[in-house]
Amino acid sequence: MSEQHKAILIQGARIIDPAHKRDEVGDVLVENGVIREIATSISRPEGSCRIIDAKGKVLTPGLIDLHCHVREPGFEYKETVATATASAAAGGFTSICCMPNTNPVNDNQSVTEFILEKAKTEGVVRVLPIGAITKGQKGQELAEIGELVKAGCVAISDDGLPVMNSQIMRQAMSYAKIFDVPVIDHCEDLNLTNNGVIFEGNVSTRLGLRGIPASSETVMVARDLSLAELTGARVHLAHISTAGSVHLIREAKRRGIVVTAETCPHYFSLTDEAVGCFNVNAKIKPPLAAERDRVEVLAGLADGTIDLIATDHAPHASDEKEQAMDCAPFGIIGLETALPLSLELVEKGVLTLPEVIQKLTSEPARVLGKDIGHLGIGGIADLTLIDLDVEWTVEAQEIISMSKNSPFIGRSMKGRVLSVIVGGKLIENPSLQKA
Amino acid sequence: MSSLKRNDILALSEMDREEIDLILQTAESFREVSTREIKKVPALRGKTVVNLFFEPSTRTRTSFELAGKRLSADVINISSSGSSTAKGETLLDTARNIEAMSADFIIVRHASSGVPHFLARSLQSAVINAGDGANEHPSQGLLDLFTIKENKGTLEGLKVVIVGDILHGRVAHSDIHGLKKYGADIHLVGPPTLIPSGIEQWGVKVHYHLDQALSGADVIILLRLQLERQGGGYFPTLREYSQLYGLNRRRLALASSDVLVMHPGPINRGVEVTSEVADGLSSVILQQVSNGVAVRMALLFLLSGGKHV
Repeated sequence: MSEQHKAILIQGARIIDPAHKRDEVGDVLVENGVIREIATSISRPEGSCRIIDAKGKVLTPGLIDLHCHVREPGFEYKETVATATASAAAGGFTSICCMPNTNPVNDNQSVTEFILEKAKTEGVVRVLPIGAITKGQKGQELAEIGELVKAGCVAISDDGLPVMNSQIMRQAMSYAKIFDVPVIDHCEDLNLTNNGVIFEGNVSTRLGLRGIPASSETVMVARDLSLAELTGARVHLAHISTAGSVHLIREAKRRGIVVTAETCPHYFSLTDEAVGCFNVNAKIKPPLAAERDRVEVLAGLADGTIDLIATDHAPHASDEKEQAMDCAPFGIIGLETALPLSLELVEKGVLTLPEVIQKLTSEPARVLGKDIGHLGIGGIADLTLIDLDVEWTVEAQEIISMSKNSPFIGRSMKGRVLSVIVGGKLIENPSLQKA
Repeated sequence: MSSLKRNDILALSEMDREEIDLILQTAESFREVSTREIKKVPALRGKTVVNLFFEPSTRTRTSFELAGKRLSADVINISSSGSSTAKGETLLDTARNIEAMSADFIIVRHASSGVPHFLARSLQSAVINAGDGANEHPSQGLLDLFTIKENKGTLEGLKVVIVGDILHGRVAHSDIHGLKKYGADIHLVGPPTLIPSGIEQWGVKVHYHLDQALSGADVIILLRLQLERQGGGYFPTLREYSQLYGLNRRRLALASSDVLVMHPGPINRGVEVTSEVADGLSSVILQQVSNGVAVRMALLFLLSGGKHV
């Protein structure tokens, strides 16, 4: 019997399954890739299954990242399906949704099929591709969304090259309703961004760097909320970073507009002060904002305005990042630090532990409309085993991702993934072996 | 204090008053060298200075070149058009190659803010910022302080009005950081589109109307307007800009009678200032240029470990 099909019995874990409101100590039996049994105590004859002693540890549904960049095809020097999924496993993610800004762009079924084939042969966690909204992410003509969905895309987005033309965005949202897929928007008015590099504020003024005003995000959030109301599409707003956006989304939800929103750990953990003296690893879009924005993002997480936490894992090679601030590409990696940074919200009293897990499991599953992110009997056995108490420091040489562009290198973290189970297959955290 | 606390000159924002005083005093003693018949001292004999300019410059590059030569250093000029950067070499590789040829000083100008800081972190050679993006131009800031002190005897308590493009104004940034350390009363004037967000927090006052700011001014520093800003949506036309922010005889009369008019050059005559004022009795624009050489000699000398006596 191969390792993959051998039963796994996890004993004595604190099982947190927000979708079923479960938070109790017990055992979980995984067999043939599905969850066979969850009970206070399960016993099986010795040798019939692999037993994991998980006393004092936390067992959750496998984490789901709604927003990352796998870089394959086209940018294999930054990351590949193999390295991104290994990085995901190290961070506790058993499913990752990859944005379409590859080369070629994932705007047709061949690219989607290529990614899924790579995931099957080289990936260690599930890869759920996100197709482009427009051909070539050019913002002009709709991509063949039906064909993308048929090939396996779970959502559509033009991500970092957002659709500026509101009429095209309206059509995309309306058209996407045929296939019932979420339309994910990276909210940015490129005219207001005006080649800005970091957040417009005290730090951009101090360093003489072109600023990106908060309005660059909020103007587009306002547009998308209005279009969501107009079209009734499933609109999901990516990586919300500013107070103004949180206010708009909160108000829209109060008025009954159907919309979901995510933020990323860096927006609730850092501000533009992280740019310090021209730190290229703090150059991201949307930019790290002011303290008042960070505080409002926390409030949005706490009151449910922000539904979930995604990573926006965006690997870049060191020679691309190590140059003038103006020229370095936007983006930071995040798969391996998202969970411990999110766990800090528990210590700070912003969310309870089950709420943090909910925003990393059942909430992204709800946005996708997928039957993952929960522990149901007979359901897919995707699980994450976490040691909440272990303290560790982010070290560049221990990062599993091919790229090391993280502003968190050197930062101490609490809580680390021990292993994940993907479809019944156990994967020990590769960074623990590397350490 | 007799030596600098640093190995690179990147920004006035990070220097303290004691260090700036040392540089200004050292510059004072070097100024005399440029008036000699043989304008040379052997202080940097055997040292190599590389001017690495990724942006066009005549004044600053020439000034650093003369400063190096008057101290007997070997000076090489590299401009981006004639360098490997045109062949796709990265900035860091270019700088590392220059360092591998044993350059003692790398003087860098670049259109992107932070490039000198980036090079200083990666290189052993002393790096001097000759202007980075919209960040700082510390040697210009120092020569402005030197020129004001020379004419006014002090920097303390002066009312200094800085006019023009503060947003892209690295000279303004260095001037503000330098002048603040001496307690100057600083007023910035320009259209709101060219005033950076939150600059009031630096302890300066912001005005949109030039006439309102000029009363009792001891120093007026005019900033060069990059002509390509017209069309960038910052202001409609040069004509309207000069009407609102150009310094002319009428406006000059609003300032203190012994006001100094300064400009880092090159001047757009008829835009920032009328020729009458630029060439008038209040103007110290050419003095700034002369002082620039002395200040840059002081920077090279002090960075090479020279002790001020």
